[in-house]
Amino acid sequence: MSILTTQNLSIGYSKKGRTDIIQSRLNLQLRAGELVCLIGPNGSGKSTLLRTLAGLQKPMLGKTFIDEREIIRLKQQEKALLIALVLTERLEIENATVYNLVSLGRHPHSNWWGNITDEEDAVIREAIEMVHLGHKIHQNINELSDGERQRAMIAKALAQDTPIIMLDEPTAHLDLPNRVEIMLLLHRLAHKTGKAILLSTHELDLALQAADRIWLMSADTGVECGVPEDLVFNGSFNRAFESKSYFFNASNGNFSMNYPMTKKVWVSGDKTRMYWTFRALARAGYAVVQDADVHILVTESGWLLNDKNITTVEEFLFELECIFADH
Amino acid sequence: MKSRSLILFLILSFLAVGLFLTDLAWGSIHISLSEIIDVFFRKSGDGINSEILLNFRLPKAITAVLAGASLSVAGLMMQTLFRNSLADPYILGVSSGASLGVALVMMAATFLPVAFVSSGWALIVAAIIGASVVLILVVGVSFKVHNAVSLLIVGLMFGTIAGSLVSVLQNFSNPDAIKLFVMWTFGSLSAVTWTYMTVLFPVVLIGLGMAFSLQKRLDGLLLGENYARGLGISIQQTRFLIVIATGLLAGGITAFTGPIAFVGVAIPHIARGLFKVSSHKVLLPATILCGASLLLICDIITQIPTYTLPINTVSALFGAPIIIWIILKRR
Repeated sequence: MSILTTQNLSIGYSKKGRTDIIQSRLNLQLRAGELVCLIGPNGSGKSTLLRTLAGLQKPMLGKTFIDEREIIRLKQQEKALLIALVLTERLEIENATVYNLVSLGRHPHSNWWGNITDEEDAVIREAIEMVHLGHKIHQNINELSDGERQRAMIAKALAQDTPIIMLDEPTAHLDLPNRVEIMLLLHRLAHKTGKAILLSTHELDLALQAADRIWLMSADTGVECGVPEDLVFNGSFNRAFESKSYFFNASNGNFSMNYPMTKKVWVSGDKTRMYWTFRALARAGYAVVQDADVHILVTESGWLLNDKNITTVEEFLFELECIFADH
Repeated sequence: MKSRSLILFLILSFLAVGLFLTDLAWGSIHISLSEIIDVFFRKSGDGINSEILLNFRLPKAITAVLAGASLSVAGLMMQTLFRNSLADPYILGVSSGASLGVALVMMAATFLPVAFVSSGWALIVAAIIGASVVLILVVGVSFKVHNAVSLLIVGLMFGTIAGSLVSVLQNFSNPDAIKLFVMWTFGSLSAVTWTYMTVLFPVVLIGLGMAFSLQKRLDGLLLGENYARGLGISIQQTRFLIVIATGLLAGGITAFTGPIAFVGVAIPHIARGLFKVSSHKVLLPATILCGASLLLICDIITQIPTYTLPINTVSALFGAPIIIWIILKRR
């Protein structure tokens, strides 16, 4: 069921009467219970789209609907009941604990005095448990690690109890284990709570693994939506991230660098060691070609080159260099 | 957590009451506590002492409480709005605007009737107009400028302009007028008579009421403007209300007592340090109690030497070390 839809949405900025349109005619759908990752090169308009969908910024043209209601016509207070935000700003609040921070998420629901009733308290505690910060509930937020801090911000968004959560680069500034954990957490939350979660990210491989759907943005081709694997198969990734110096490697979901490969070798043999052999060869400038003059046989413990048994990559690259120097 | 706040509130309340009574008893003429009770409850006692108490020390002590509470609450709101721990009401140009108004009346008002200029109301009206003009300009800019830090800089610039105009006026004034003006900048709690109190008290009450009605939004503003907007807070409206409340509190007090420096910036930090909370539900009453107590202490200190010291000097002597301490602690 789609909860947020856009109709011919154009996004961009207008400054001093000059309009700068970044993306136009977007028809997007955000479904409940799905994790959607917004990816694309810098400058393709990820943040602008997110800010426009959240109603923080006016669209240049077109409309955004949440449950049949146009977002621009909603009051700030009504929007706060539909969309919760996690932004990139770093917070410095003196004396605030995790509990205090998360309780601010109840702002749109609480009465004018902002009292925390037993029900509110239960919602706040549940949100903190969901992001696994129960043991740090009364810790000062300035004492949290970056990963915990981001989880606390997600708990605040959960406490806001909205059908949609939008996150602007939630994995930036985090190390790999924390990036993986945040992505898994968001994936789990989307499926468990039935919320629609939209996030922008630069983590291509993580997005490919965790996202139910990807919105792939590029300055030229607009926004392509789909299940990650479909976008890989139809070559959308390659088009979006086209460059001379690297390419999107569909076999592993990563970017590979385009090395100038002038020398040709033929490789065959053990499958598990093959991948790393290819990488080493590419870096050293060797193209792998069927039936080339120089043949490398990958064995279980090393390489067989010119009838010579070699055990380290360093030695075998040196050997290759000698062979091509003779040619 | 809650019980800690409760105990602190009790201690601070007793402290404030104790300081209030000390402030009444203290001074060049000693009045004992029993005499104070006599004057207040039995309507008797020595004629001179009851005159000093009722018409001099009591309004002065009440003014100290009002000024301490108002300036601290205004400071707390400014620090939350600008998310800057060094912000205070005077940064928005409130005191500079008031000074400009007063300077105009004292040094350039040849066109005003002498009777008006020599009465106390002239200065008060001028200070309120001066402070209001600067604040209205700042509010006007706040609708155009969407960024709180830019607004802070604009406020500073307005203050600088007002300050420069005052210097220009001083350059062309006679020494007597300059001395009168310099005396005003020293600040004085005893300038508020019962007549003035009938104006000052309601102004402060409205300002404090506004501050308390904004406490939930102030909590939201701690997250910054974008997050606050995401929580459903109308930033423009909230900012407008905060500036108005600050104008009433800081502008009103400055008009009647002259500028009192550093209270606005220092007290919110003391309250945060004592109570260890971020919620304005607790911080607002905490800053009121701390501010009132501090200004009562300052007022008691000004009475110690044979010559009374200006309140602005004493509060600065207290405030400046606190700001240095904040900066050192932050490292």
